[in-house]
Amino acid sequence: MAKEMMKGNEAVAEAAIRAGVQAYFGYPITPQTELLEWMSRRMPEEGRAFVQAESELAAINMVYGAACTGRRVMSSSSSPGVSLMLEGISYMAGTEVPAVIVDVMRGGPGLGNIQPSQSDYNQIVHGGGHGDYHPIVLAPCSVQESIDLTVLAFDLAEKYRSIVIILSDGSIGQMMEPAELPPMMPLKTSFPEWAVDGAAGRERRFLSSIYMDAPAEEVANMRLLNRWAKIRENEIRYKEYYLDDAEYAIVGFGSAGRVALSAVRQAREMGIKVGLLRPISLNPFPVDAIEALGKRVKGILVVEMNTGQMLDDVLLATRGKVPVEFYGRTGGVIPFPDEVVSAVQRLAAGPIVTTGHPRDRWMKFMSFLN
Amino acid sequence: MTVPELDSEQVAVYQRPDALSDTNTHYCPGCTHGVAHRLIAEVVDEMGLRERMIGVASVGCSVFAYNYFDFDFVQSPHGRAPAMATGIKRVLPDRIVLTYQGDGDLASIGMAEVVHAAARGENITCIFINNTNYGMTGGQMAPTTLPGQKTTSSPNGRDVEVNGYPIRTAELLSKLDGASYVVRRSLHDPKNIRLAKKAIRTAFEVQKRGLGFSMVELLSICPTNWGMTPRQAIQWLEEKMIPFYALGDYKVNPSVADIKI
Repeated sequence: MAKEMMKGNEAVAEAAIRAGVQAYFGYPITPQTELLEWMSRRMPEEGRAFVQAESELAAINMVYGAACTGRRVMSSSSSPGVSLMLEGISYMAGTEVPAVIVDVMRGGPGLGNIQPSQSDYNQIVHGGGHGDYHPIVLAPCSVQESIDLTVLAFDLAEKYRSIVIILSDGSIGQMMEPAELPPMMPLKTSFPEWAVDGAAGRERRFLSSIYMDAPAEEVANMRLLNRWAKIRENEIRYKEYYLDDAEYAIVGFGSAGRVALSAVRQAREMGIKVGLLRPISLNPFPVDAIEALGKRVKGILVVEMNTGQMLDDVLLATRGKVPVEFYGRTGGVIPFPDEVVSAVQRLAAGPIVTTGHPRDRWMKFMSFLN
Repeated sequence: MTVPELDSEQVAVYQRPDALSDTNTHYCPGCTHGVAHRLIAEVVDEMGLRERMIGVASVGCSVFAYNYFDFDFVQSPHGRAPAMATGIKRVLPDRIVLTYQGDGDLASIGMAEVVHAAARGENITCIFINNTNYGMTGGQMAPTTLPGQKTTSSPNGRDVEVNGYPIRTAELLSKLDGASYVVRRSLHDPKNIRLAKKAIRTAFEVQKRGLGFSMVELLSICPTNWGMTPRQAIQWLEEKMIPFYALGDYKVNPSVADIKI
């Protein structure tokens, strides 16, 4: 199939259809709404289920119900809507049913705004809902990668009976660029042995997140954790750029990673040997790759569209073995590559700082905003 | 289930319906949840629906309903059963999908979900147990608690100036075009129990024929949290609840007239 111009949100929707999503439930919220609109037209065309729910709370519970039947289901939203969905996400994690959720992040907290942001990293990557569980989180940086990760998300969700969240943002959701869709895949015809779809000729089944007996809940939590260990073993994804001879490295995901790549190319033209590590799976996080990176470069710059949330995970991964600096824009502001180049120049110029917290140094640098 | 061997002289006149699992319930002595469960199970047996049923349990005293029915079940977050039921029904339209919810679940935290399921004409059936309090958490004020009624969170009686008025859910949902069959029945005596069973049967027939949303509200007793004997509780239901929550048919799709039971 040839490449065609596609909008990020619509590309994700069509990719999900081609990956065999059988039901979509959602609620309008900018900058995600085109995804819902696309589904409202295409799902009935394919004879599949589409409901515009009365709230994100209802949408996620429709997803929960449909997921219990073992069919491929998804929802999508943006930051404030995803906050409402966290109840259902926790229940689905506790019930061990697969589902794909797309979060097209926008500026916050609160109502915030509708500009692109990465400020829900902590909320999504580190759980969000109540209880001991780990969602798989994938972060695309382009329309093509949004498509590819959507298809992958359904496979991973089923393979691990897990929630998979595609953590996108308003920039990737709204941008148009050439991309290629996968071919239409056939719908599933066989369903898992846990699926609740009517006890025809078999014993009854039930799906629940209840374990009234605390020791039984402990066993369930350990089962989730053991599954997570397998996910950590097999599903870490990241991409490296210009790192072979790099003296400095940027770590950034999604849109910030994309801006950072432009910055890396500019800095290279200026003679600074800098590369980029772009985590694709934010959960599981590429801890080993970043730890190894820390051992071979003189300094790491973390670039995010928030106030330094993934930064904490990079600091944990590098264990203080390498100087780490941070550059971020927040509240829906996207950094220009020039700003990132300047941050790289500051890092390369030294002196290497090993005391204090990189976020505090960045705050000082950003004091013009006060 | 195992049916005991009978002497040829004996005839079984009462036994556990197939759709009810052979499990002791956790319900308090005198509670009418057991009656409601049995009525549903009898209807499922009579209509031969056991293999097509999918139940959605809610949060509250009926949270373990999935243990007591011998058909497929899921367990919903508090109030969200109609949304879960929607998700199930939309991917499996030929199954019969049932929610079983109490008054705190359906008429308080889950009011939005049930109103919109009814407005969409979602082809599901809600069995709504109204016993005027939050039973599972120990008898707090519910949206259905009567004016002046004492509960653990309205110790001086529900003051409508402070706590507002009780919600008549059947009346409220009956105003929605998507609602096809919305009725209120009571479980306080044999006659009313028979009428309640007929209403549950009609609701399932409505769903089977794809006529849209159905809800059967069942006035129920909660002797434990009301601080009464079961007999006193039945009397209280008759004297206090029925005058406020009038029994009757609030919305009946004209096509329901074709349903012969």
